Amino acid sequence: MVVIKRVPSKMKPLSFFMIIILMAHSLNLHAAVLEADKADVLYHSYEGGGMKIDGPAFLLRKKVNESIALSAFYYVDTISSASVDVLSNASPYTEERQEGSLGLEYLHDKTVLSFAIGQSDEDDFLAKSLSFNLSHDTFGDLTNVNLGISYGDNDVMRNGDENFLEKSKQYRVRTGLNQILTPTLTAGINIEGVVDEGYLNNPYRTVRYLDPTSDAGFGSQTEVYPNTRNSFAVKLSTSYYLPYRAALFGHYRYFTDSWDIEAHEMEVTYRHPFGENFLLELKYRTYQQTQANFYSDLFSHKDAQNFLARDKELSDFDDVTIGLGLTYKIPKQFFFNGMISEATLQWDHITFDYHNFRDRTLDAPIGEEPLYGFNADVIRAFMSVYF
Amino acid sequence: MNALLLKFLLIIAVLQLSSCAQMGVKPWVKPYERQKLSDPIMNKNRHVIANKHAAHVFEARESARGVEGVGGGGCGCN
Repeated sequence: MVVIKRVPSKMKPLSFFMIIILMAHSLNLHAAVLEADKADVLYHSYEGGGMKIDGPAFLLRKKVNESIALSAFYYVDTISSASVDVLSNASPYTEERQEGSLGLEYLHDKTVLSFAIGQSDEDDFLAKSLSFNLSHDTFGDLTNVNLGISYGDNDVMRNGDENFLEKSKQYRVRTGLNQILTPTLTAGINIEGVVDEGYLNNPYRTVRYLDPTSDAGFGSQTEVYPNTRNSFAVKLSTSYYLPYRAALFGHYRYFTDSWDIEAHEMEVTYRHPFGENFLLELKYRTYQQTQANFYSDLFSHKDAQNFLARDKELSDFDDVTIGLGLTYKIPKQFFFNGMISEATLQWDHITFDYHNFRDRTLDAPIGEEPLYGFNADVIRAFMSVYF
Repeated sequence: MNALLLKFLLIIAVLQLSSCAQMGVKPWVKPYERQKLSDPIMNKNRHVIANKHAAHVFEARESARGVEGVGGGGCGCN
C-alpha cells in the first residue's frame, strides 16, 4: 500500500520547465562511461513492530554496445503483519507484493539518458511508473549535472470490498549538481519536488475520538486525507577519501510538504577494506519529523475537522539506524569462468520512537496509553557478479 | 514558499554552471589526480539493489521522500 506525497502547488509547470531547459542549454554540455555488466541476487528481510517482510530481488544490467545498456529489476515482498495499526483495526494478515522494472540507458559523449518503466502489484494496490533522467559531465568532468522527471499512476483497492476502487497520480521533478572539489573530496546538492493527487488515504485505517456514550469511551471513523500533497526535498552530500585507503560518506536531507510535515535526515557511512578481499561498512543514520497538521492520536469528537489521520507515519517521531555491512570479494579461481564476484551481508538495526502516537492495544485509560515505539532488524544478503 | 525556494536553487545552479567558463575558471583537479576518487570503495551507489531496498524500508515508514537516488514503488505500509 503506498501513501504518496507531492511539489509546491503554486509552482507554474511552464516556468519550472523553462528553467530546466535554460539549465540544460547553459551547460555547454560535454562525460561518461556506462557501468559494467552486472547481476545481483538478493534476499531481504525486515522484522519489527509485529511485521515480518522478506523475499528475493534480482537486478541485471547488460550493455548492448558501448552506448546502450539495458536493465531489469524484479522484487518480491512477502508480508506477514500484526502491526499495532493492524491490531487496532483488524486481524493480522499476509500478502505479497511484486515489483518489476525495465530500464534503458543511452550514452552520447558525456551525457547519459535513462528511461525506466515499472510496476508494483499487490492484492489491493497497483502502481505503474515512468521515469526519465539525464546525467551530464562537464567542466573537465569535475562537475556532473542531472535532471529527471517521473510519473506514477496508482489504483487503490480494499480487500473484502470489490466495489472499492480509487486512483491517485504522482509527479516528480528533480535536479542536482555533484562536484569534485579536491583529489579526495566531492560534494553535491540534489533537489526533488513531488506532487500527489487523488486518493492518498490508507483505506483500512481509522482515527479514534472521545465518545462518552460508548462503553469503550471512544469511537472510530475512517481517515480523511486531503486529495493533494506537494513536497520538496533537498539533499547535501559529500564523500571523502581518507588519508589511508578508506571512504567516508555523509549527507543531510531536509524535507517539507503542504501537510506541514518537516523532516531532517542525517547519515554517515564509513567504508574500510581490510585484507585482500574484505570490505567493512559502518553506517549511522538519524531521522526526525514533525506531524501532519491533520494528525491526532485522539480527536475530541466525531468529525472534529475536515481532514483526519492517525497514521503513525504522519505523527511526530524520530528513528535511529545503526548499520553494519561486510563484503567478501570471491577469488576468481573459485568462481565460474573466472568472473569477478562478491558476496555481501548487511544488517541494519532501527529504533523508532513516537512522540504523540499511543499504543491503544495496551490496557490503559483512553488517551493515557504509553507512547509507542519499536525496534526493527533489516537483513540484506546478496551476491554480485560482474561479467 | 516551496516553489520560490525551488526556483531559487535552480537559478543558482544555472548561474553557477554558466559562470565558471565565463570567469575563466579551469578544472583544478586533473584527470591523473582522480585515481583515489575512482577507487571502487568511493562509489556510494555500488550496491544499487541494496540501496533500493534500504530506501524502500524507510519510504514505507517515514513521511519524507525525494532525492533518495533510487526508484520508488509500492510498499507494505499497513
